[in-house]
Amino acid sequence: MNYHTPATVREALAVLHSYDGRARVVGGGTDLLVETRRGIRRPFDAVVDASRIDGLREITESDGHIIIGCGVTHTEIVDNPIIRKHGQCLAESCGVIGGPQVRNVGTLAGNVAHALPAGDGTIGLLALGGEVEIAGQDGTRWMPAKDTFKGPGRSHIDRQRELLTRLRFRPTGENEGSAFHRVMRPQGLCLPIISMAARIALAHDGSISHAGIGMGPVGPVPWFAEPVANTLVGVPPVPEHFDRAAEVALEHVALRESKYRATREYRETMIRTWLPVILGTAAERAGASR
Amino acid sequence: MSRLQMTVNGAAIDIDVPESRYLSEVLREDLRLTGTKVGCAEAECGICTVLVDGTPVVSCVYPAFKAAGSTVETIEGLSRDGGLHTLQQAFLDHGAVQCGICTPGLIMTAKGLLDRSKSRGKAVTEQDIRTALKDSYCRCTGYQSVINAILQASGQDVAPYLPETRAPGIAVGKAAPNPNALAKIRGSARFTDDYSFPGMLYARTKRAGIPHARIRSINTDAARALEGVRAVLTHADIPGRNGHGVVTIDWPVLCGRKVRYVGDAVAIVAADSERIAAEAIELIDIDYEELPAVSDAIAALAADAPQVHDERPDGNLLKHIKVNKGDIDRGFAEADVIVDRTYRTPTTEHLFLEPECSIGIPAGYDPAEFGGTRDPAAVRGETAKHEKTTIYVGSQIPYTDRDQAAAALGVEPDRVRVVATLMGGGFGGKEDIAGQIHVALLAEASGRPVKMLYSRQESLLVHPKRHATVIRMKTGATSDGQLTAVQATLYGDGGAYASLSEKVLTRATTHATGPYAVPNVKVDCFATYTNNVPCGAFRGFGVTQSCFAVESNMDILADRLDIDPVVLRQRNALRVGSETSTGQVMRESAGLRDCIDKVVGDMRDENFRWSWDEGDRRFAWGFAVGYKNTGLGGGAPDKAEAEVEAWQDPDRGLVAEVRISSAEMGQGLPGVLAACAAEELGIERDKVNVLLGDTDFCPDGGPTTASRQSFVSGNAARHAARELAGRLSALTPGERIKARHEYWAPKTQPLGTGGDMHVAFSFCAQAALCEIDRCTGEVAVHKVIAAHDVGRALNPLTLEGQIEGGIVMGVGYALTEHYIQEDSSPWTNVMARYKTPSITHAPRIVSHVVEDTVASGPFGAKGVGELPSIPTAPAICNAIYRATGVRMRSLPVDQDQLLRAMNAEATEVELGWGDRVAIPEIRLGEEH
Repeated sequence: MNYHTPATVREALAVLHSYDGRARVVGGGTDLLVETRRGIRRPFDAVVDASRIDGLREITESDGHIIIGCGVTHTEIVDNPIIRKHGQCLAESCGVIGGPQVRNVGTLAGNVAHALPAGDGTIGLLALGGEVEIAGQDGTRWMPAKDTFKGPGRSHIDRQRELLTRLRFRPTGENEGSAFHRVMRPQGLCLPIISMAARIALAHDGSISHAGIGMGPVGPVPWFAEPVANTLVGVPPVPEHFDRAAEVALEHVALRESKYRATREYRETMIRTWLPVILGTAAERAGASR
Repeated sequence: MSRLQMTVNGAAIDIDVPESRYLSEVLREDLRLTGTKVGCAEAECGICTVLVDGTPVVSCVYPAFKAAGSTVETIEGLSRDGGLHTLQQAFLDHGAVQCGICTPGLIMTAKGLLDRSKSRGKAVTEQDIRTALKDSYCRCTGYQSVINAILQASGQDVAPYLPETRAPGIAVGKAAPNPNALAKIRGSARFTDDYSFPGMLYARTKRAGIPHARIRSINTDAARALEGVRAVLTHADIPGRNGHGVVTIDWPVLCGRKVRYVGDAVAIVAADSERIAAEAIELIDIDYEELPAVSDAIAALAADAPQVHDERPDGNLLKHIKVNKGDIDRGFAEADVIVDRTYRTPTTEHLFLEPECSIGIPAGYDPAEFGGTRDPAAVRGETAKHEKTTIYVGSQIPYTDRDQAAAALGVEPDRVRVVATLMGGGFGGKEDIAGQIHVALLAEASGRPVKMLYSRQESLLVHPKRHATVIRMKTGATSDGQLTAVQATLYGDGGAYASLSEKVLTRATTHATGPYAVPNVKVDCFATYTNNVPCGAFRGFGVTQSCFAVESNMDILADRLDIDPVVLRQRNALRVGSETSTGQVMRESAGLRDCIDKVVGDMRDENFRWSWDEGDRRFAWGFAVGYKNTGLGGGAPDKAEAEVEAWQDPDRGLVAEVRISSAEMGQGLPGVLAACAAEELGIERDKVNVLLGDTDFCPDGGPTTASRQSFVSGNAARHAARELAGRLSALTPGERIKARHEYWAPKTQPLGTGGDMHVAFSFCAQAALCEIDRCTGEVAVHKVIAAHDVGRALNPLTLEGQIEGGIVMGVGYALTEHYIQEDSSPWTNVMARYKTPSITHAPRIVSHVVEDTVASGPFGAKGVGELPSIPTAPAICNAIYRATGVRMRSLPVDQDQLLRAMNAEATEVELGWGDRVAIPEIRLGEEH
């Protein structure tokens, strides 16, 4: 297995092109290389490490967006004062991924491109309405993160030929707040029972003017819960509406009984319990940011 | 191959390595910096943590070329100038080092934290440590000493936590780090995989992969033909006995006719590299006739169950173990209240962080013949000529390894030498044969040294676990809380081979009344063969299982009788003069009541409440007691032999060396043995060196099991030293004097014959403060107050380490650990599927020591290794009951079940996490 550390996007794409599908892009490699090392996944001919590309190792602000390069690690996101303030649910969600050593290496770009149904960082980004930039032979394009998922671990981003170069979201501003929570179990199987994040904006009259919600695992891909968010727009941020939002969520998802992880009933209860709490926290933070 | 440039510990590195290499491989293999350990290769355990540009990363899955141009720091870099880093010194001072395999990872992770906090000008808090070390696992310490050490290293004034103990002598009773701790914190301590020999080959094993089948044929032609393969062996190539077993020889070295569990070995390969060996294994073709598997201890006894060992007359019944005392019917007739429940405990995994590793050296091996150097003067060490077939292994029973390897080789035991290397944790899981025999066979077949290192995944699959049990426990008492009768039936799943099942489940049976005086007892235990992974020794040795049932029943009984649970236990506690279930009268050293008093005195402060609520958070205390025998007992000959040599050192004065083949797995044995000898010789402990576990240079200390080593080897060292002490006055400069002592523990009686079944019992009481989240069912253990009667604290620092580590292992048993098998195929096939407690689960531990001496013990000491992990799980479940009204009858506690029970206002939960079927109905007094 060859290891490439391109310094430019152009170089990265050229390397991918030269392997014609037999090379794979990694961020930190903390998911892929574990699987390769354990023999679960056949090694690729080459790995293209996207964490050292010039200009893509920073968190920047531009054109009303916070932009995160594909080389930015979870730890860098958690530590970033701008994201902690203006994308709090993302900082919170990246802060629970793996362990500290994995967060020091793993990237948000990798988390999104890996497309697991409950990637924590992904859930946080979804709630913020995040977008991703994809670079390929035909140029670059931005698309909503929610549209990149194809199935469990399957992405519309062609990870053998394309590069997820940047992620961005509109920072939470005045009257806006966000929050994240995850329920785990202490036994083996390090996957969330449920991960949820919400972004809430309040209008001048105190009612909710915008909501964004990310949830997983509630289906084959991370869920950008638009129908749930829609029920919240225009209503006051009070518990009864948050409880109703949870009921709406439950109507839309097909929760699974997953072996050794959670019963369907338990997941339902966690959504009923925690989604209102997360919404309440996000709304409270929105109020506090006035 | 490509050029890799980086800076490692301040030195510029420029080497040619394949781009597929991981950082841990470059460090350990190319740079021979073996201080960085690898525990899982799945980014789970964190013991391989190093700093890359100041940031902690797990080097096992970190591509080496990702570190190109970076600065890498490893444990070896911390003490470059010979002095110790403040973290290393703090780990030493606090006894935060036991087996040492995780120590480099803990220290490097902590260094990352301290450096970061320093650069930000922030003080380090306990919470910071718990966050930063969340994925830096340690199986020995229980983390409290680690937290204290890091706080101290950060500049805070934190003294090592030590229980109050009696005044020390010159050496005995003094708190001091284990002698090998210094090498462990420097990263220079060597475990088996850290050894390398010129000409060494790498071995892999072809495993069955299916639980039960007849072997029709084995074809190794393609594997033999592969370039770089030096030896391929099957059952047909074994010159001697094709079988091993610590108690019963029923486990094939290499299966020829049949495989009985997924981890069975069918063929072994030695090759020039691990990669070639792994490739060769895939080329071995075995034709199987698959057989139905039996996956459950009770189903195994059905008349039509598939038979695991065809030749056994009793079918799958490995042993029916019985304890009978008094008149059980009369006992229950006298009872005013009877509690009758069935419990289930899970199969659990030791998860020592060092996977099994053995190196075999062929007889006559000369390193010079393979381009190495030979030291003609050396008799020990890698540079010596190896006259005998030699096995380097971290094993709990070096002499038995030697005898078993010799039997397989078809030679006399004295033609084999076992060199015990440091062990990265054992906990009972390194008593059976892992690769010892296999590397010996391959070394002799290939004429070269052969290393066999299990992957973590292989380790999970192969070595014996803790027995899963189903226990029906019926307890009767009078209205004033006097126990009148205990009847129980236990089923223990022994798995495919006997291992130590008979002994372990005997202990479960004899301890099934708990540490109480019960006049009428009937206990039946059925140990069975199944096609599951074998079960054997694991810290607690069966008592962990029965204690869960006993102490749960006691709490229910207290509730029913409306008696304080502490009072109920105090009332029935074994004391001097009372008789155990096997008819042993306690003549001395029964400190249980003192243990209970100490714990309760601490727990019941002025604000004490058994339980309270804070919003949705429910808090409660749970209480449990435990006991554990010291030594083999049951009539087994129990002895250890030590050699002590003393001489005058021109600089240091009188010094000595103790030699004994007992195993150090981090528990602190060398320190204890040195102290015992030093005390007799009248010198300080650090004047005594301890050489352990080289069968050519050390007499037999017997197995390191049954909490016996401090007692038997401690006595052997002490008596040998005492003999020398009498000759010291005649010692001339330059003269070396030696003494040997073979210590025999007091004679014990077999089960069923009454009298003393054991030489001593150790006792303990523990109270656990738990928090249960009413919204999620999540359980957290905040604090454990413990008191342990150990006879005498020989070294309070390492004793406290045993206590804290044992308690946290008990927390794992209660909350996190279950080795799950589905129809005899392990679902728990990777470390990510087996969680031991991390630093985030570790409670604060308040520890008391009771020193109720036993006359025959060294300076009054009795065993402690297993005791602390025994009552923790029931204490936690008793707290959960008090907080929620829900009784958990299976382990580990499942938050999903617990929450649903609370919501449904149910009072009992039958299933633990990972259980798929309800607890079966157990009939008392049934025969099979």
